[in-house]
Amino acid sequence: MKAKGDLKEYKVVGRRYPSKMVPSPPCFRMRIFAPDYVAAKSRFWYFMSKLKKLKKTNGEVVSCEEVPDARPTKVKNIGIWLRYDSRSGTHNMYREYRDLTVAGAVTQCYRDMGARHRARASSIQIMKVEVVPVDKCRRPHVKQFHNSKIRFPLPHRVLKSHFKSDFVAKRPNTFF
Amino acid sequence: MVFSRLVEIGRVALINEGPDRGKLCVIVDVVDQRKALVDGPCSGVARQAIGFGKLYLLDFKIRIPHSARRKTIVKAYEKMDIGKKWEQSAWAKKLVAKAKKASITDFERFKVKCLKQQRARVLNKKFKELKKAQAVQS
Repeated sequence: MKAKGDLKEYKVVGRRYPSKMVPSPPCFRMRIFAPDYVAAKSRFWYFMSKLKKLKKTNGEVVSCEEVPDARPTKVKNIGIWLRYDSRSGTHNMYREYRDLTVAGAVTQCYRDMGARHRARASSIQIMKVEVVPVDKCRRPHVKQFHNSKIRFPLPHRVLKSHFKSDFVAKRPNTFF
Repeated sequence: MVFSRLVEIGRVALINEGPDRGKLCVIVDVVDQRKALVDGPCSGVARQAIGFGKLYLLDFKIRIPHSARRKTIVKAYEKMDIGKKWEQSAWAKKLVAKAKKASITDFERFKVKCLKQQRARVLNKKFKELKKAQAVQS
């Protein structure tokens, strides 16, 4: 998968094709984070074949629905458990992000993994995503924002308007 | 260098980029190092996350708890009369003047040019008189 743009959360439900032996096979549901529903269904089959003896030719996707975030204007601390392949092995990780939406946090995670570990999206498997309550957060870069009286300046502000011209008479002001 | 405009809950900011450009908003919560959850019910800004790079912090601050609801923000905003204070500030007046200048017609530009010339004539005449008087003195 290419983690293109902003990922969306999909609820994908699939099952084995019904047969004479099993006329009503059990359904399996997965929470998939993908750029679109096509990639979501593909990712569903990718995990299905790993977890169950079920592949796309033997089964059908019963439903693939986008799950919009329940509270997109509430800041959340999101914990992501993932598994990724590095150049020399495969590792588990737990990462935390602060975002307004769960899908936004997963997008951040993909970008972050690419930046910090050079992990491509195809080698990352998101195992579990959960909104973590404040007292259960572990990462200091998330915990530093758990302050109801948070205040900080924006020092050395480099603004876009500074770059209107290549050559200027004076150095730009960065104190606002 | 003492920073007086800080990112804090209740800080009023001016949105500098995007569809809500030029509108005021209130910082309701801090998402992370680069983004704030921002809301502007009195200025038509939806509740959203905006990066700090798109905000200009102002000198105004209202008292609200973090993640306050729109109703609370409206009450605190109107209690401190931020809208009026902003309109009376030099910054806001300059923005209005800039917008007006950018939207004038060619005829108005011609009028501005004539007025500027008239003013220049008056100033130069007075300047020459003063210069002459100084030369005569010395």
